[in-house]
This record gives sequence, structure tokens and C-alpha cells, in this order.
Amino acid sequence: MTESRREIVIDPVTRVEGHARISIMFNEHGRVEDARLHVAEFRGFEAICTGRLIWEMPRITSRICGVCPVSHAVTSAKAGDEILAVTIPRTAEQLRRILVLGQWIQSHAMSFFHLSSPDLLLGFDQPAESRDFFTVMRDNEEFARRGIRLRKYGQEVISRLAGKRIHADFVIPGGVRSALSEQNRDILLDGLPEAHSTIRMALDFMKAWLESPHDSFDIMGSFPSLSIGMINEHEELEYYDGTLRITDAAGNIVADRIDPRTYRDFIAEENESWSYMRFPYYQPLGPTRGMYRVGPLARLNVCARTGTPRADAELTEYRQRTAPQGTAQNSLYYHYARLIEILFALERIEQLLTDPETLRSDTLRSRAFSNRPQGVAATEAPRGTLFHNFSAGSDGVVNRTDLLIATAQNNLAMNRGIRQIATHLLDGPGQELPESLLNMIEAGIRSYDPCFSCATHALGRMPLRVDYRDQNGALLRSFARKT
Amino acid sequence: MHEIKTLSIDNVMVSAAEGTTVLDAAREHGIDIPTLCHLDGLEDVGACRLCLVEAEGQNKLLPACVTRVEEGMSVKTHSPRLLKYRRMILELLFSERNHVCSVCGADGHCELQTLARRAGMDHVRFDYLHPALTLDATHERFVLDHNRCILCTRCIRICDDVEGAHTLDTAGRACDTSLVTDMADTWSDARSCTSCGKCLLVCPTGALFEKGSLPSEHHGKEEYLKYIVNAQRKMPWKR
Repeated sequence: MTESRREIVIDPVTRVEGHARISIMFNEHGRVEDARLHVAEFRGFEAICTGRLIWEMPRITSRICGVCPVSHAVTSAKAGDEILAVTIPRTAEQLRRILVLGQWIQSHAMSFFHLSSPDLLLGFDQPAESRDFFTVMRDNEEFARRGIRLRKYGQEVISRLAGKRIHADFVIPGGVRSALSEQNRDILLDGLPEAHSTIRMALDFMKAWLESPHDSFDIMGSFPSLSIGMINEHEELEYYDGTLRITDAAGNIVADRIDPRTYRDFIAEENESWSYMRFPYYQPLGPTRGMYRVGPLARLNVCARTGTPRADAELTEYRQRTAPQGTAQNSLYYHYARLIEILFALERIEQLLTDPETLRSDTLRSRAFSNRPQGVAATEAPRGTLFHNFSAGSDGVVNRTDLLIATAQNNLAMNRGIRQIATHLLDGPGQELPESLLNMIEAGIRSYDPCFSCATHALGRMPLRVDYRDQNGALLRSFARKT
Repeated sequence: MHEIKTLSIDNVMVSAAEGTTVLDAAREHGIDIPTLCHLDGLEDVGACRLCLVEAEGQNKLLPACVTRVEEGMSVKTHSPRLLKYRRMILELLFSERNHVCSVCGADGHCELQTLARRAGMDHVRFDYLHPALTLDATHERFVLDHNRCILCTRCIRICDDVEGAHTLDTAGRACDTSLVTDMADTWSDARSCTSCGKCLLVCPTGALFEKGSLPSEHHGKEEYLKYIVNAQRKMPWKR
């Protein structure tokens, strides 16, 4: 027994944001019974926010994450608008919208090119030493260079509006700090053609990848779940201010036109002792059938169309390729969906930048004090629907905070995906966990582009560990990567 | 007519009228001594100790803001010993309360932050006390955040000397000292407060600020203080 309990250190898991560990449970027959994704960090942002002012929330919550600070800042600002009970000026809303889209572009480009393209280009079984973005750069220099430049464009959008790329003080309850100059507008418009040609290249690559055979494609997180995402009044893809739609795997609408402010009425959460990440589910269907996905895959599942011409054409093709009937249910399609969302963001940004209202500098902020005891808001962050919920006193001091993060909402689906991969690839606890299988498990999670930093509001690199456990939870073996 | 005193500051011979402080004499001759509690136009109290200087013949360090010039004095303002103590004072200020620059409203416009940067303070060697302090946001427009207060008392002095309200003061002793409004009421209950906002203008950190303000909006309006004080005390329009 001592022999089987030894710990085998393999390598660090990279290319996801945060720390996590995986347990694979075997039953008495030696078959995989369950798999668990443990996120073992805690940061306590909900406690940090409490006792501070509602105007400070965008500044504080954006520190949850260095990848998507804009999403946290904008969602907090929107919740703050609710507490102030103001309608923000149209220019401010448009600038916030451009900011969110810039965030989508930079985050999605990083997920696709920097984090996931090594899996897609080099293969899941490429040796770990060379399965990274540097190899992509060496072997496909043009592809890598353009990916980096596309991400840079997204960051450029943020910095031209907000003054800096990360953690800028730009959005505030009531509006935004400063206007967009004509010069900066022109610089952003000038960058669009190159960004379009890059996304065209990436879409062509993605389609070619899907057309070539991949052995394990159907076991890498392919199972039915609900999808939750935001749509506007025309049933188009929405990211800043809309209602929520929930669809099932067949594409039937389960619930529609839900005010995101009521999220606690239909999303319940379970806590497990083995993870700091909670397990949200669609409450009316219970924790098993109520498992849902959020993010690019879910958003493209729930909307009728994106609302921009080129992205709509791509969406039609996407639906034919991924799910001629029903909706896309393989997690690997997240990558494809992400690219269509970048295209959508580029088109929307162009529309917003060419609207004269965007450049106005006379109305940027509605000023008010605390007028409502509670403010709840949602936006679509790159990884999915993000909810911020604050209660505040008449002095504007926050006395209760509830944050529901996209990655946490994908928690049940990610666990399910790991179980699916493990069940298909592992014969029993005696089996070594080869590098390629370890990476396939990672890739199954990576398709969600999870941010464990956000999900537990925790931070750090992610040295993934995989533990084998028996039906009683006793540790059999453990695999990890050397850091 | 004041007598003129001649002294040496950092080996530079300077002259200053009797009654002038070492700080003023030094600054008049382009020698910079860091300060936090001092503000032109307000009475000095020597609270922050950052302006400590060495005077030849005395082992004790002297706060330049309240030390008067003397004939033949020889003062050092930037000796290694002083630089060591200044950095230590800054570290103690940071460790005493909860100064989190990244989310503070004064970030980028904070005198404490600027001095720490200038002193090369890249970390704090002392244990942070992390006191559980609150903020008073009961005033309709203004906020007092005890977490960021360094007890420089600029706000107390301007409230008393210039506005004449004396709403602000300190209560408690040593580490438990804190700013209070009126008889330790909440700010909204402090009836003496005229809501003039001068305290916000002089706060060197992010302890006093306006609700809803962004860091970029929190900057150097204390410049106007000297005009107000000049007008009040000298009444230049009277012949």
C-alpha cells in the first residue's frame, strides 16, 4: 500500500489563471466514479468590500483580477448606478460598452492564442517541454505575432479610453471619468482592419482544425447542459445591459427575459468542503439537471443572432458545424465561439466609435448620493455572466456584498468534463497518468478559460495536481507537475 | 525690525530674520526638507517628525518646522542618520493603519506616498497593526476614513484657525488617538461643522475626501490656503 500512496510529481499546469487540483475517485471495481476540481484558495473580497463606500467598489473589485479588471469595475459601477438611482449619460454608457468590448478582445485573444493555441496547433500529446506558446512562436511565427497584436489591440482600446491597460480608474457609479478624444478614436479606428484580418485567419484555422479528425474530441467535455447568457431586446448578443435567457441542450427556451437583478431567485449555490469555489445551479431544476454553462459557448447558444453582419454570418456557419440540431454542447467549441465574439466586438466597437455621441465631453457623469438600499447588476464578462450585488446604507457605506463570478458558474460543468475525460481514458487506479492524459484533463478545463483567481477571488499560478482516491476518499496516488 | 541671524544649513551660509524657522530658512534657500504636518499658512505643531534636522553641538534631533534660527547655528538636513530615521518614520506611519494605495482615493496624489517613494521605501520592516477602523460617511458630502489618517492635524488646525469652527479635534491617546468631530459625534451630528470643505483641501493622504471623487480629482487645492490666510490676517485691502 505504501508503494501505491507515493506521490509522483510531474510538472506544473500552466495556461489557466489561478490554482487548482483534481481528484479522481475510483470505485471498488477500479472504475472512475467521480472527479473533482478543487480550488483551494480563498481571498475574501466580499468581506473586503463591506465597510467601504459604494463609489470605491469599481476600484476595489477590479483588483480581484488582472485579466478582466474591466468587467469587475463596470459591473460594480452599474450596481453603484442602482444605489445612486441614476440613469447615466448616454456617452458614458457608450464608453463603458467600448471598454467591455476591448476587454473581450484582449481576454479572448489571450485565451485563444497564448493559452490554448499550443493544444490546438501542436496537439494534446505534444511533449510538455515544447507544448507552449514559445513553440507556437517558433513554428508559426506569423500566427503568434498576429495573435499577440490582436490582444494588444484590445488592450489599446482599454488604455485609449481609460488611460491605462490594467486597473484604470475610469468607471465610477454615475458614469465615467473622462471623454474619448477624437485623436484616440481615430487611432482605434485605424487598428480595426488588421484586427479583422487576424480574426479571419484565426477563424479559418479553427474551422480547418475542426474538419481534421481528433480522437478524443467527443469525450473532452461533451454533454448536455443549460446555457445562460444575456440578450438585448432584439434577441441579439448583449454584453452590457440586457435580460437573461436560459436554453437547454436542444435549444428550447427554459426561461426568458429574466431581469439579471433577480439572479438570486433562480440561481442557487451548493458549497462543498473540498473546494473554495461554490457550485451554482439553476435552482428550479435542482443541482443535477440545473447544471449550466456561461461564457462564449452559452452566449452563442442563447441569442437568436449576434446583431452585427459579419459575426452573424459566422454564427450561421458555427451553428451548422457545431450543432445542426439543438445547441453546441462540446466544451471545445468555446474556442470557436470566442473567435466569433471577437469578431462581434470589433464590429460593435466600430459602430460605437463612429457614433458622434461617443465623443461628447459635456455629459459624462450623473452625480448623486446613496438613494437606494441595494444595487444589483450583471454584465457579460469574457468568461460569462458576472453579477455584483451590494447593499449600502444612506451614507453610501456597503454593508453586504455578493459576487457571482462566471468561472464559478461553470464549476459543475468543468467537474463533469473532468469526469468524462477521466472515465474514458483511465482504466483503474493502477494506471499511470501519462503527460498527454494530464494535459487532456487540463485542456478540458482550459476550454472554459477558467479564472480561479476570480472564482474564489483568489490569485496565483496554477500548479495542477491530480489525486487518485478510493471510494472512501483515501488517497491512492497523486500526480503533480514540478514547479 | 527683526534682527538678522546668520547660520549654516548643509554647509551653505544663509541668513534669516529672527523668529524664522529652520524649515522656512532652508526652503527659502532652495534646500528641501520633507514635511507632512507642516502647511504654509497654518500654525506648526511638529507632529510628524519628518523634518527632523541635526544641529551641531546637540545630540537631540530638532523638528525644523518649530525650531527658530539662531546665530552661528550649523544644521544638517540630509545626514545618513536623518535619512534612516525619516524612512523609519514613514514605515511606522504605513504600518500603524491600513494604507492600501492601490484602492485609495488619493493614489498618485498622496503626500505620504510621494515621500515614501522619494525616501526609497520599497517595503515596511515592521509588522502591520491592521487596526479594525471604520470610516465616517454620515456627512452628506464628505468622508473621514480613519484607516488613512496619519494624525498630522492639518485639518484640525485649518478648521480652528481659518474657518473658526473647531469641529475637528483628536480624542484618545497614543495608538488609540483618533480624529473626532464635535464631541465624538458622527459627522452628520456635528453641529459646528459649516461644511466648508477646507479640511479636505489640506489632507495629505486619502483620509478626508469627497464622496464619489476619483484619485485624479483629488489634488493640490491647498495652494489657495495661503491666499485665504493672507487675506484674513493681513487684510491687504485695508490701508
